[in-house]
Amino acid sequence: MTIETKISEHLKQKENGNGEEKYSSKDFSSDQDVRWCPGCGDYTILKQVQKTMPKIGVDKEDIVFISGIGCAARFPYYMDTFGMHSIHGRAPAISTGLKVSRPDLSVWIITGDGDSLSIGANHFVQLLRRNVDVNLLLFNNQIYGLTKGQYSPTSPEGSTTKSTPFGSIDHPFNPLSLSMGADGTFVARTMDRDPRHMQQMLQRSHQHKGTSMLEIYQNCIVFNDGAFELFTDRKTRPREAIYLEDGQPLLFGKDNEKGIRLDGLKPEVVSLEDGGYSKEDLWTHDEGDKTKAYLLSQFFDAPAPGETQMPRPFGVLYAVERPCYDEEVSNQIDAAVEQKGQGELDDLLQGPETWEIK
Amino acid sequence: MSVQNKVQEEVTIRFAGDSGDGMQLTGSLFTNTTALEGNDLRTLPEFPAEIRAPAGTVPGVSSFQLHFGSKEILTPGDKCDVLVVMNAAALKANLSLLGSGGIIIANTSGFDKRNLNLAKYETEVSPLEDDSLADYNVLEVDITKITKESLSDSPLGYKEVERCKNMFVLGLLYWMYNRPLQSTITFLKKKFKDKQGIANANIKVLKEGYHYGETTEVFSSRYTVKEASLKPGTYRNITGTDATVLGLVSAAHQSRLPLFFGSYPITPASDILHGLSKQKHFGVYTFQAEDEIAAVSSAIGAAFGGSLGVTSSSGPGIALKGEAIGLAVMLELPLVILNIQRAGPSTGMPTKTEQADLMQAMYGRNGESPIAIVAPRSPADCFESVFEACRIALEHMIPVMYLSDGYLANGSEPWKFPETKDLPEIEVKFEPARTNNGPENGETDKFLPYVRDKRFVRSWSIPGTGGLEHRVGGLEKEDETGDISYDPDNHEKMVKMREAKRDKIAGFIPLQEIDNGVENGETVIVGWGSTYGSIRTAVHELRQEGMDVSHIHIRYLSPFPRNLEKLLKGYDTVLVPEINNGQLVRLLRSELMIRAKGINKIKGRPFGVEELKKEIKNGIGSSVA
Repeated sequence: MTIETKISEHLKQKENGNGEEKYSSKDFSSDQDVRWCPGCGDYTILKQVQKTMPKIGVDKEDIVFISGIGCAARFPYYMDTFGMHSIHGRAPAISTGLKVSRPDLSVWIITGDGDSLSIGANHFVQLLRRNVDVNLLLFNNQIYGLTKGQYSPTSPEGSTTKSTPFGSIDHPFNPLSLSMGADGTFVARTMDRDPRHMQQMLQRSHQHKGTSMLEIYQNCIVFNDGAFELFTDRKTRPREAIYLEDGQPLLFGKDNEKGIRLDGLKPEVVSLEDGGYSKEDLWTHDEGDKTKAYLLSQFFDAPAPGETQMPRPFGVLYAVERPCYDEEVSNQIDAAVEQKGQGELDDLLQGPETWEIK
Repeated sequence: MSVQNKVQEEVTIRFAGDSGDGMQLTGSLFTNTTALEGNDLRTLPEFPAEIRAPAGTVPGVSSFQLHFGSKEILTPGDKCDVLVVMNAAALKANLSLLGSGGIIIANTSGFDKRNLNLAKYETEVSPLEDDSLADYNVLEVDITKITKESLSDSPLGYKEVERCKNMFVLGLLYWMYNRPLQSTITFLKKKFKDKQGIANANIKVLKEGYHYGETTEVFSSRYTVKEASLKPGTYRNITGTDATVLGLVSAAHQSRLPLFFGSYPITPASDILHGLSKQKHFGVYTFQAEDEIAAVSSAIGAAFGGSLGVTSSSGPGIALKGEAIGLAVMLELPLVILNIQRAGPSTGMPTKTEQADLMQAMYGRNGESPIAIVAPRSPADCFESVFEACRIALEHMIPVMYLSDGYLANGSEPWKFPETKDLPEIEVKFEPARTNNGPENGETDKFLPYVRDKRFVRSWSIPGTGGLEHRVGGLEKEDETGDISYDPDNHEKMVKMREAKRDKIAGFIPLQEIDNGVENGETVIVGWGSTYGSIRTAVHELRQEGMDVSHIHIRYLSPFPRNLEKLLKGYDTVLVPEINNGQLVRLLRSELMIRAKGINKIKGRPFGVEELKKEIKNGIGSSVA
């Protein structure tokens, strides 16, 4: 079977789908021993991905996981799908080549904050702007784990690490704002300590056509333990985190007693308990609103003096449709064939002008 | 005075002018006509490095050299016989390339005070007027003025009129060399089919140039260069770049694979990207990546998916791709890397030629990452060489570096092109799907992606194939399973295995032939790549002088053909001319223990035949260090 027929058959299958779950999560577990540190957040991510895969309705052999370098990058070895553990930062570029030439495959990029935002930052933003139809899972632990504890491009200023004994003076990236700036079409965040939410977000990532950028707050138990505790701890989470749902008002707090309201373009935290504001006054989340999505991505830095700290958003900040690069490449080829006819090699070899020697 | 008609065996013409003077077009039109007349030929364009260097200055000079003849022509010519100069800067930049007694055709409008200043001539007197050109045969024509007068009643604007002046030069040279105007007229009509006014003006000036030669009697001679005795067949003219593009499309066709080309623009490789991006109707995927690393990585991704993955660059870009090429070595996937070499380390001299990346191709990666290397020897040979690079990559699941250079890429020659039915098949077999992961079907329990055949080649097991789910990566892997392994014995085994796999290719490439000369002779000249034409011509002439000198030209540089060592040990002296500081010569010494001696030129220019002959004579008999 030529690749062309394979691709078209797969695409057909994909369109039809069969709806039923063919696999269990075990079917996605490879025979390799998982070798992350005990207690690493990567374990639960692996588990949620393995649980989600049977639900997306794609045949195992059509799924490819591609990683770069770092702790997270071992991930493909633990998935019983096709996989490649490649080189530092380049997974988006490798995935682009694969997806463009094989649009029938479901391609998942596994990357970390160092892999995607330092050495591979260029490929990361290019992937987003091209909107290649792949899913990118950004394991953010705000530290270099595999190289044993240097600060990363998402480490907060002042972080004391092996390479910053006097505190980091680097201003960190805000991965979601960066993704918005690169014209990403799907920008979302979840955390290792909320499996149910993560599974939802993984499914949403799969469903989105275009590059799905899912940031996952992941705890590095050895070098940066507790980096996201405020958001993941059950006690502080209601106060510090806000879960987004499309079409729903921005509510948070233990009993949803707080909300976020927009005063022009200025967000503010309001109480629903003192009778001043009701749900109707709140900011209604709209995944298709770019300006508001950017504002949400900015719930990140410490507040300026006199301003309130905003809760950290989790969920889909932004999701819109835009033509995918891989599809456009195929369209261009189809258009060229339609316009010029299928290329005839002999015409090409002959060129525009020939002469005869007798 | 009557005009004499003289017959010449070979002629070299160099067209030189400002970037805006249309010298490249003039040269290529003369080339087409010459090819249609049945001459053998080689061309070499030289462009300024700057996109639009200031008009009239030496850095802004653009040149096109054409060497044609009734005998075998393999180089663009050492010294030219005719030099066309559209301005003073063109003369200044090119005079040293004109042979003594050569003809200069000078556009006098380009030698006014302003142009002399721009060209930084120090004297007030034009070189056309002092005695500095006494050794040459100078023909002064006010080409600009004649062109304007000829088009005085044309509705075209001033600039459009002036742009026609290159056609005057072309017409004049057609008269000098007894060439018909028809193919150029056809070309102009086609090119300007929507701009009749421009087409007519160009044709008028072309004819004006021709008639000028006929009526003014400024020349005492016209020249005839008879047909060359090329092998019978149908020919076309082709540049190295175009031959590379065609070779890639053909290799994809003959392997029944989609071609995926990931590239990042760099001189002098970008034209391959331009060429391939026009071939979308052949199902060619071209991807202009964000950088060199993404370019090669995308090609690796495509290869993982079952495409013919190709990337291209020049030396600096190849350096950036190094880590990814190492990954492809570890993954054991087919990958073709085109290196269109240019001169110098770092950015060097991008528009100048050199063959100084052989060591980089051979050893330029971390760890031990053996790859195959193939080098074309002439513009037309780029077709077969790149086809071979693809064949080796696909049949041996290995990265292959194709080492061309700027001189080959931009040069052109007549090519007796093949027909599709005569092209060899490239055998590609994807690992078939497994029906059931069980021994009852003769299958091992687990699919083993790194099991090898007797050539040590693993299977190509592409995503989308049921039962073949497996993981590959840059970490050292266990033999057969491909699982990550830090086992010391396994690592040693795998390093040696990857080398042995590369070396096995030697059994699947042709034996080394002697291009010219004898086995077991006194002296052999060993070359690779673009030095072919100069070496072949030099050796041919030296043999005619009675010297016992032979020529061997190596296309397969890694692994070497299996008879190369024995062949080279049959000569008393082994000389290795290279456009670098000695690279193949080192490989022959270290890999084959051959007492070889280098002849090296590092000037960003190819060897001239005369200088090479001299160096060979000097080299013979001198002791080897």
